[in-house]
Amino acid sequence: MATLKIKDINKNFGKTEVLKGINLDISEGNFLVLLGPSGCGKSTLLNTIAGLETSNSGDILIDNHRVNDMEPSDRDIALVFQSYALYPAMTVKKNVTFGLEQRKISKEKIEESLKNVANLLQINELLDRKPSQLSGGQRQRVAMGRALVRDPKIFLFDEPLSNLDAKLRVEMRREIKKLHQKLKTTVVYVTHDQTEAMSLGTKIAIMNHGVIQQCDTPKIIYKKPQNVFVADFIGSPSMNLINGILNKNSSGVNFECVNSKGANQIPVDSYNFINKDSHNSREVLFGIRPEHMYLSKNNKNDYQIELKTILSEYIGHEQIITFNYYHQELVGKFSSSIDIAMEKDFNLFFDLDQISIFDKKTGERL
Amino acid sequence: MGKDNLKLIELEKSSKKKKTIYRWILFVILGIFAIFYIAPLYVMIATSLKTMEEIRIGNLFSLPGGLNFDSWVIAWQGQTTNTTSGLKMDAGNVFLKNYFWNSTKMVVPAVLISTIFGALNGYALTKWRFKYDNIIFLLFLFGTFIPYQAILLPMARTLGVLGLSNSITGLVVVHVIYGLCFTTLFCRNYYISISDEIVRAARIDGAGFFAIFFKILLPISAPILVVTVIWQFTQIWNDFLFGATFSFGEAAPIQVALNNMVLTSTSVKRYNVDMAAAIIAGFPTLIVYVLAGKYFIRGLTAGSVKG
Repeated sequence: MATLKIKDINKNFGKTEVLKGINLDISEGNFLVLLGPSGCGKSTLLNTIAGLETSNSGDILIDNHRVNDMEPSDRDIALVFQSYALYPAMTVKKNVTFGLEQRKISKEKIEESLKNVANLLQINELLDRKPSQLSGGQRQRVAMGRALVRDPKIFLFDEPLSNLDAKLRVEMRREIKKLHQKLKTTVVYVTHDQTEAMSLGTKIAIMNHGVIQQCDTPKIIYKKPQNVFVADFIGSPSMNLINGILNKNSSGVNFECVNSKGANQIPVDSYNFINKDSHNSREVLFGIRPEHMYLSKNNKNDYQIELKTILSEYIGHEQIITFNYYHQELVGKFSSSIDIAMEKDFNLFFDLDQISIFDKKTGERL
Repeated sequence: MGKDNLKLIELEKSSKKKKTIYRWILFVILGIFAIFYIAPLYVMIATSLKTMEEIRIGNLFSLPGGLNFDSWVIAWQGQTTNTTSGLKMDAGNVFLKNYFWNSTKMVVPAVLISTIFGALNGYALTKWRFKYDNIIFLLFLFGTFIPYQAILLPMARTLGVLGLSNSITGLVVVHVIYGLCFTTLFCRNYYISISDEIVRAARIDGAGFFAIFFKILLPISAPILVVTVIWQFTQIWNDFLFGATFSFGEAAPIQVALNNMVLTSTSVKRYNVDMAAAIIAGFPTLIVYVLAGKYFIRGLTAGSVKG
């Protein structure tokens, strides 16, 4: 268990800036997920924490001790790789104990640690096999065993589940969560899978182009995305972003969709603006998630709008309907048990408690 | 329906017929090529087993009268106790025994050293990226294009300065340096296909440069090591130019001795002894191919990285 502080980390490969002033503060026992599209710098950041790559500037502190100039093996961290990176020529047992042997730890102690880890991960019967004789899930377990056996201060995971099939991924995800609840070790976990991030992390840091877009709990990230990138990245299908302007009149602040010519004014008075003033005639993006559009009025604050159905995608437990709303496409998610006719006028209810409003120019939350 | 069926049966017949014809054509062509390639070997072996008398009367492809290994013994050790064949060696004539050991003493260290350093180079160039590593690799690549003849004079001078002229050690040095470019190229191309993550994992586990090489990478390098060993062994064992240039007399390797033996024989050309000597000189490379060939294709890393 340890704390991890990352201060102003910058990193460039030649002229490409990969990390631009990253700041993170991870308290003891937290599970931080670095989430972002490929090429956003999340793996580079993880490798920098591990010491496999050096940053151009900035500090990394583990338990308030600067580790920038320390070897990866001296930082007391363990890293689980995407490809598992098991040593092909060694048995599972050797794979797990290799790190301890390199550290010249006594044979009895190694045996004991091996036994504990093998029991914890249920890999007892695999110990004498070679990696090539293991299935994907078993390799994953061994890779985790290799990390666990050293009892490190911080665990680093680099997309550990992306090589597994869908079913196994869900199983391993739950096992990782269980392990974390049991061991309470500080974890930094890199993934591009938002479901993984949401379900595992106590905190999620969303990265894009080498910058942290938002770092918060999964709930806040889902409910109050800080900018358009986060809003679009989290959620499936992603949040609808409707082009329009804000109008201030006697009744309060309204959102008016482009092309609607004033016909449809959505009252957004109840929206919790970060900055209360100067919203009049500002160009904005009105964000609402597909799952917050209802077929009937559920809450007091639901607002009815009219649109047209275009397309229906049936995916079993639900259906995704595309609508035409003043020539902008909206996507809604509904139970698949309801029949919805296409190419028809339709009434929907927006849940105004769940909306987000972004500045169109800056993309920041208002 | 019935008509269509009939047509299909006809088509099947004709396609079977075509297949048989193509098969025959294929095998005949392959057979011709096989004979073409095997013929010289047959002539060599047959001639080496003939007596001079048989060679004089018979034609090139005729079978020997019996299994007479006299010329092999003479090629190897210079004389034979069996004098029925009428072959006797003059004192001072060249025979292969000593030169065979010269070559062995040269090949074994040269192959081992160039292979192990080639593997180390390949490992360092792929897994420990450093500034200008690509340029260094390019220089190695460039080295593979340097022809033998181009380095003869500078190498002769270097060996002279080092005091290694006309010695087996000198030849080992020459072959190690010349072969290093090739072994580095082979190993580099092999190691680049091995996941960097294995090396990173080992670094986090606390293994250093050499521990990672010897404990993690070398055990999975068998396929490429076999390739480099076969390549180097063939190159060095079969080398004539370096041997002829940098050594003479007693210190020469077997290919030089073979040349001397064939060229310096007195009066009559003893084709049977020459053939036997040529086969002896080429034998070790054949053995290496037969023994190590099956490891050539084996992918030992299969399944170690991705599922």
